Amino acid sequence: MDWTALVLSIKLSLTTTLLLLPIGIVFGRWLAYKQFFGKALLQTFLALPLVLPPTVLGYYLLVAFSPNKGLGLWLLQTFGSTLIFNFKGLVLASIIFNLPFAIQPMQRAFAAIPRAIREAAACCGMGPLQVLWKIELPLAWPGIISALVISFAHTLGEFGIVLMVGGSIPGETQTIAIAIYDSVQTFDNPSAAIMSFSLLLFSLITISLTFWLSARYEQTHD
Amino acid sequence: MTEAAINIKLQQRQSIPLSVQLQCQAGELLALVGPSGSGKTTILRAIAGLYQADYGVIVCANEIWQNSPDKLFVPAHRRHVGLVFQNYALFPHMTVLDNVRQSLADVPKQQSKTTALMLLKQVHLQGLESRYPKTLSGGQQQRVAVARALSRQPKVLLLDEPFSAVDQVTRRKLYRELLTLRQSLAMPMLLVTHDLEESSLLADRMALLHKGEILQTGTPEFVAAHPNSATVARLMDQQNLFTALVLAHHEQTKKTYLRWQGIKLEAAFQPQFPVNERVCWMIQSSDILLHRRGRPSKGDRENPLQGRIIEYMESNGLANIRVQVNCALKIDISIHVPLHVARRNRLGLHEDIGISLLSNGIHLMPFQILRRDT
Repeated sequence: MDWTALVLSIKLSLTTTLLLLPIGIVFGRWLAYKQFFGKALLQTFLALPLVLPPTVLGYYLLVAFSPNKGLGLWLLQTFGSTLIFNFKGLVLASIIFNLPFAIQPMQRAFAAIPRAIREAAACCGMGPLQVLWKIELPLAWPGIISALVISFAHTLGEFGIVLMVGGSIPGETQTIAIAIYDSVQTFDNPSAAIMSFSLLLFSLITISLTFWLSARYEQTHD
Repeated sequence: MTEAAINIKLQQRQSIPLSVQLQCQAGELLALVGPSGSGKTTILRAIAGLYQADYGVIVCANEIWQNSPDKLFVPAHRRHVGLVFQNYALFPHMTVLDNVRQSLADVPKQQSKTTALMLLKQVHLQGLESRYPKTLSGGQQQRVAVARALSRQPKVLLLDEPFSAVDQVTRRKLYRELLTLRQSLAMPMLLVTHDLEESSLLADRMALLHKGEILQTGTPEFVAAHPNSATVARLMDQQNLFTALVLAHHEQTKKTYLRWQGIKLEAAFQPQFPVNERVCWMIQSSDILLHRRGRPSKGDRENPLQGRIIEYMESNGLANIRVQVNCALKIDISIHVPLHVARRNRLGLHEDIGISLLSNGIHLMPFQILRRDT
């Protein structure tokens, strides 16, 4: 069992999930309530990671962050480092890859709140932030939690994009999914089995939790 | 305009056409009545600050809530408005007590609880404070919505079809409760409804809306008896609506004479309609007298007509009858008589009867083409 890889995976998943929380709420709410020009196009781009092979997305990120030109060169000149083969790059790649998994459930959860309820809150004297805090978030929370659980689990098991953007640097970019792959490559089957079983168990727990939250969500919106 | 009244002027052409000017006094209940899509809910939403019309001036209790020339628009949460939504829009994750307390955020906790409990008692919901909305009946949910609207200490109370989601028995009960409750309310109240009976039962005045315009305002009884156009008469569900020719006005007898389907009719004196011009006219069922068989009674001689019953329905203690009048064209007249009267006179399908149109009940309106009877 490669504990360093497991800890790194959990750290990556937690960081990604925490950063996706405000992003998901802002975008999910915005897409749920606002009509604007180009909304369909934006939603298409946000949903792209659902169908795009992770390696393809990883390849484009690798090209974009390449220190030889463009964005990568600018990052290198401005901040002294680029975003490939390091943890920060992994976080950014994971956020991009998980955008639909975080935004779509939150968007559905916000959209399910009847407009009249939000308007009733305004008529009770609540400003937009109070409406968000006292009405929208409590009603949308099962959807939000479900989005976060899926994003966390998804990041924990992600392979292709992590390998493309981060490589396999132990302690820096080698996540548990890559560690399993490396174990199999070196015929260390017992380690691969333990790590795989751990991931399987974790996935089962998260999916069960998601289903349970979805059931509660539907109950709330009877 | 008194200090506590609300004055509304809204105008726009696009999306939802609106052209209305309304005033509602403190303590007055004004019903906005009209068919679906007439703009009545939009007006309510504009007053609440949930909708911004292209042009609007809304002044309530001397507070300017919207003034388009100055680009002033006070958002909903800064207006003291009590709004009861059509489906109540209660907060499903909060108890009844918390629903009512949401408007009292600025009040100390204990005081807000006391106020909320008092309001719940006022709407007969004591004992249900800790229940959640989904465990309440439709009538109870409506009462919570009313208590929540009142807890805002509103300067205007807005009721958006608040009785449409409950059964008829509950509705009658809620009507009585609202009539009692409004005695203690001093703010202007606006009720949106498409139910004419509801407006006549609850409202002091009504404004009849059609395609975003107010066609007529007045007491529900006045608008029903004296519509200013055939369109208003139709919207007020007046079934006895016809066209005729003005024959003469008699100053001495205070009568106006009409020619209708070859019959000369005597109507109330309405000299504003020129002689030899076509007009629309209507008569309410309550101004049609049924001739008693074999026993002439007072009023029988006013515009007597003979006809045959072609439709007969009994409901709610009334016999709803359609009579085909013996005249040039086959014209139907609707009358409603108490069931006991109908039975005593042995009224039934295909029976021949005599009726009289009381001249004072014949109301004239400017001519317009009607789909029926031209």
